[in-house]
Amino acid sequence: MARYIVKRLLTAVPVVFGVISVAFVLLYLLPGDPASTMLARSGASAQDIAQLRTELGLDDPLYEQFASYVVRTVQGDFGRSMVSQEPVLELLMARLPTTLELVMAALLMAIPIGTLLGMTAAIHQNSWIDRLVVAFASLGVSIPSFWLGLMLILFFSVALGWLPSFGQGGFRHLILPAAVLAFGAVGTITRTARTSMVDVLKQDYIVMARSKGLAEHTTLVRHALRNALVPIVTVIGLQFGWLLSGSIIVEAVFSRQGLGLILIDSVLEQDLPVVQGAVLLSSILYIFLNLVVDIAYVFVDPKVRYG
Amino acid sequence: MTVLEVTGLTTQFHTREGVVRAVDDVSFELDQGETLAIVGESGSGKSCTVLSILQLVQTPPGRIVAGEVRYGGRNLLELSEREMRAVRGKSISMILQDPMTSLNPLLTVATQIGEVLQLHMGLDKRQARRRTTELLRMVGIPEPEMRLDNYPHQLSGGLRQRVMIGIGLACGPDVLIADEPTTALDVTIQAQIIDLIKRLRDEFGMSIIWITHDLGVVAGLADRVMVMYAGQVVEVAPVERLYREPRHPYTIGLLNCLPRLDVARAERLTAIKGLPPVLIGKAAGCPFSPRCPQAIEKCSKKRPDLKPAGRGHRVACWAARLSDQDSRGQLDEMYLK
Amino acid sequence: MDQTIAGSNETIAKPQSPTRIALNRLLEDKIAISCIGMLVLFFLLAAGAAYLAPYDPYHASPEESLLPPSWSHLMGTDLIGRDVFSRVLFGARISMSIGFISVGISATIGVTLGLIAGYYGRFVDTIIMRFIDTLMAFPGILLALTIIALLGPGVLNVMIAVGIGGIPSYARLVRGSTLSIKEEVYVDAARSVGARDWRIMRDHILPNAFPPVLVLISMSYGWAFLSAAGLSFLGLGAESPAVEWGAMLNDSRALLWVAPWTAIFPGIAIMCVVLSTNLLGDSLRDAIDPRLR
Repeated sequence: MARYIVKRLLTAVPVVFGVISVAFVLLYLLPGDPASTMLARSGASAQDIAQLRTELGLDDPLYEQFASYVVRTVQGDFGRSMVSQEPVLELLMARLPTTLELVMAALLMAIPIGTLLGMTAAIHQNSWIDRLVVAFASLGVSIPSFWLGLMLILFFSVALGWLPSFGQGGFRHLILPAAVLAFGAVGTITRTARTSMVDVLKQDYIVMARSKGLAEHTTLVRHALRNALVPIVTVIGLQFGWLLSGSIIVEAVFSRQGLGLILIDSVLEQDLPVVQGAVLLSSILYIFLNLVVDIAYVFVDPKVRYG
Repeated sequence: MTVLEVTGLTTQFHTREGVVRAVDDVSFELDQGETLAIVGESGSGKSCTVLSILQLVQTPPGRIVAGEVRYGGRNLLELSEREMRAVRGKSISMILQDPMTSLNPLLTVATQIGEVLQLHMGLDKRQARRRTTELLRMVGIPEPEMRLDNYPHQLSGGLRQRVMIGIGLACGPDVLIADEPTTALDVTIQAQIIDLIKRLRDEFGMSIIWITHDLGVVAGLADRVMVMYAGQVVEVAPVERLYREPRHPYTIGLLNCLPRLDVARAERLTAIKGLPPVLIGKAAGCPFSPRCPQAIEKCSKKRPDLKPAGRGHRVACWAARLSDQDSRGQLDEMYLK
Repeated sequence: MDQTIAGSNETIAKPQSPTRIALNRLLEDKIAISCIGMLVLFFLLAAGAAYLAPYDPYHASPEESLLPPSWSHLMGTDLIGRDVFSRVLFGARISMSIGFISVGISATIGVTLGLIAGYYGRFVDTIIMRFIDTLMAFPGILLALTIIALLGPGVLNVMIAVGIGGIPSYARLVRGSTLSIKEEVYVDAARSVGARDWRIMRDHILPNAFPPVLVLISMSYGWAFLSAAGLSFLGLGAESPAVEWGAMLNDSRALLWVAPWTAIFPGIAIMCVVLSTNLLGDSLRDAIDPRLR
């Protein structure tokens, strides 16, 4: 088991390295000269640009720039914002809790609802319940989150006046954004849970469990449910990423001061160090959470535990 | 004494292509301590017959449309689901073909055997664990205490099948249904498992329904053999009689598929020509007639029913009814050509 | 060999080509038919917008500001009095073609990379797939956002960004199929008569690897379309006065309290397109390979 975890940790290293490299390549190589891009709008003189070039180490050979970039990134030095001159990492860390709160709340809503819906549909396969759930799941993955957000605001804030329409702080502010973010994830989790459960219910060990005289709910809970959970765990891992990226739009809709909003603002202002930092942080978070999920397998599947 | 009596059992599946008659008017009886082998190709309805007895056919699309299964003075088909559950695993238990897929990969051996004991024998967890150890020893698993907390993937195929047998025997059933329990195992393990089941049968005095597509396995094990084709019973006979004097051309074909020691190698194996039938729609005649070397005109028009053909021997075949003793020789020749 | 089928008096149908079978299955599928119908309708609306739209989508008439839906303005008017219905019709053009072009970029580059990686294997494969893995480490629209940060906002850049974001799934899919197809006898045969690599890829591997790509195109269109609309909603794509559904929704945010119709209708349009392509993708997958269900 320990070997599996170590092995899994080691496979994450090249991916993290790859992400850092891509961030470097994108921001330092592609659009000509970052120094002039960064100062273009402020109407800087050629002198200013030259000074910035030296500051950023742009006159050094490429591999040296890359090496020092990797070292700085690993040490947590993401550079400074071009707009506010504040250290990027501090800016981002101040925003991170708001985003994590939203993502976690959405996940806590989506996992039980999606799993329950999918399994119910599978148990009643081909009945009207099944069709209703499948239709709902299709809607979940097709409905644009920014529109759903606006519609929920329209209904719960404008028409009924029950919930606040924007901002953060407190549980009431979290309900609508988390529900919007969860909706898409519910669709995906429902579909996976249904497919997985349908598959499990066809297995010989389910026939065997029934032939033992077990009650139907014992068969389902003890024999089917846990087996069906294995693929669901994988999808939940992937959902972290989708929720993280989905939170960008949801934060924009509800004006929540999270990572997403600062990312959008810095994209609009072409504040490249902040964009770079936010993307890096999100990707590393995503890789890390997937790692956690992979390790969670150990507790679900004995084959991994003793394999 | 008859333990189980099946009369006119008919199970259908409703598919998009039409109604599949998976089990078509099947009747048989099973005596106490008797081993009945049900033989047929895959898709002949043998598995579906036993699943129907336990009412484990997926509904929908499957449905038991007619028949009676008498056990312990009751018709099982009339029992409520609750009453039926008390029969399953306790009085009539089942072991399946593939021990790889029939044991739950996420539960330990102790859980999978113990749950039957807790359910039907009213044991608590500790008692169930102790009894499980005994059962594992009984089915010939060395160091059973070590195996209790193992997961299926940690056991070999032979050990897994022994665990399955342990589950099947846990509550001392009257009837054990074994659905091709040795097919997935290699030959030496196969022989061990068959010996084990024979020994346990004699010890417990239970009856066995043994499903197989392999007549070779049946010889040393079964008392009687029932041959199924296209969801119907085509021939039933005591085992020696069936081997010595098979009457149905299909049975003869199956026997000719077996490797024999007394026939020269070149002549040993013959396959039955053609493909197994599609069971959709209502066929008028004998389902085997299109593949049958013996077929006469009547065969494609009217379905033959089971008629006595000697002591404990019944056969559903028009040609067999016409022919006399030495027709066996002629048929044999036809196949061997 | 006599291969009679006993008991049944049905005749066996002639063997059909896989494409034909898939097509028949698709045409029997009511959901697929309604989705195709819906998409055709939207396509026609987009194509005929100039004739169908009752008003000029760009024409501002301040005296008609924020009128609720009525017979003269089916979907009401926006802040500066433009007809929402006409804008939704014209919006179909930009919104739907952004999706098509993005998917085109993803599919072209992804399929090519997948073919090359799968066909040449070894070193080439490792490099391409490492690159693809890295792209996949950026979840969802993050990659697209990064690219827009570099290229700047705008419709063209949104298409490029979303297109690049979709590359990994095509590359992985085609690489997988290529690996198995290249072991087939006909590929060996082509190679033995001296066909060039790119010819083998184009004539033998690509056609056989294509059906699943078709499914992916249909399934990923919804994603690409939605991402592009989302980016426009964030103000990074089409900018006013261009008519695009995501941008229309962005404009409507401030009007939610006074003119909810400006938000409702563009959203419904987006949802209809995404839902139809997603469901069509599901049906297509079931039709081409029912085992994938």
